Amino acid sequence: MAGTFILFFILAVTAIAAAIGMLVSRNAVYSALFLIVNFATVAVIYLTLGAPFIALAQITVYAGAIMVLFLFVIMLLGAEKLAIRGKAPAWQQALGTVLGLLVMGEAAYLIVFRSRLAEPLALPSSNFASPAAIGLVLFKQYLLPFEVTSVLLLVAMVGAIVLTRPGKTIAGSHLVTAETISAGKSPLEEQHGDLMVYEKQIESEEVRGKVAGPNKDDVSRR
Amino acid sequence: MVPISFYLGLSVILFSLGALGVILRRNAIIIFMSLEMMFNAANLAFIVFALYYQNLSGQIFVFFVMTVAAAEVAVGLALMVAIFRSKHTIDVDDVSSLKG
Repeated sequence: MAGTFILFFILAVTAIAAAIGMLVSRNAVYSALFLIVNFATVAVIYLTLGAPFIALAQITVYAGAIMVLFLFVIMLLGAEKLAIRGKAPAWQQALGTVLGLLVMGEAAYLIVFRSRLAEPLALPSSNFASPAAIGLVLFKQYLLPFEVTSVLLLVAMVGAIVLTRPGKTIAGSHLVTAETISAGKSPLEEQHGDLMVYEKQIESEEVRGKVAGPNKDDVSRR
Repeated sequence: MVPISFYLGLSVILFSLGALGVILRRNAIIIFMSLEMMFNAANLAFIVFALYYQNLSGQIFVFFVMTVAAAEVAVGLALMVAIFRSKHTIDVDDVSSLKG
């Protein structure tokens, strides 16, 4: 009885301390490590709530894969440089803190005044959320969302590869698109075609200038 | 046993801290991490209610939230790398080209 309370409070204090540490630390690498502590602590809370499958998925997916990705990008971009500036103006910080505490207060108010929620949780039975039970629900009731999720992951993977492909910037001047390749044109021809269009535009502008007559001389004198 | 409101209180505190991180920090990577923490807080509430109502659908939903978060992080970090290549910063105040 008392043991579960003590365990919960230790875990809760650790999770909140890690969250605050993530929030205030100036170095992004420390923030990521604090967040891993937070995820691991919450995973242990999941274990006490009778969700062993989700707890281990949390460790492998969040604390493992996602945070490794974060650390990789932080070190790729050089976090120490980026951490120097990155502070909101004082009035924004004050306003943000007030609004954040307001959200916390509102949610706490709702929880406290829903008296039904004050009753203690039942102890999870050993086979409530066993991997077998999870699998049955996942592959019977939620089969279609599961398959759609696989497509989503594939799209995300392709998107990430396309976004970080070398030799292509966001403001890229000419892109080798699928259309040009399928049309049998090389990128050089595509560029040349652009040039010809540009020349035509210049010609038509000259024609318009001749029609406009004396105005053109004014422009050239200026 | 621990009352359900304690778990929900922890979830609320973690969510608010994540929201504070999104509001206060200017480093895009930290903002992303704060988003992850908000997901995590919501997941905690899902797990608590799954146990409270003895319904596994809550846990399945957490599973889906995790997959979507993984996809979102992959695309988001790729975007961040692309932005860093062209602008040499990921400070969200400096990435305001779309602002009129």
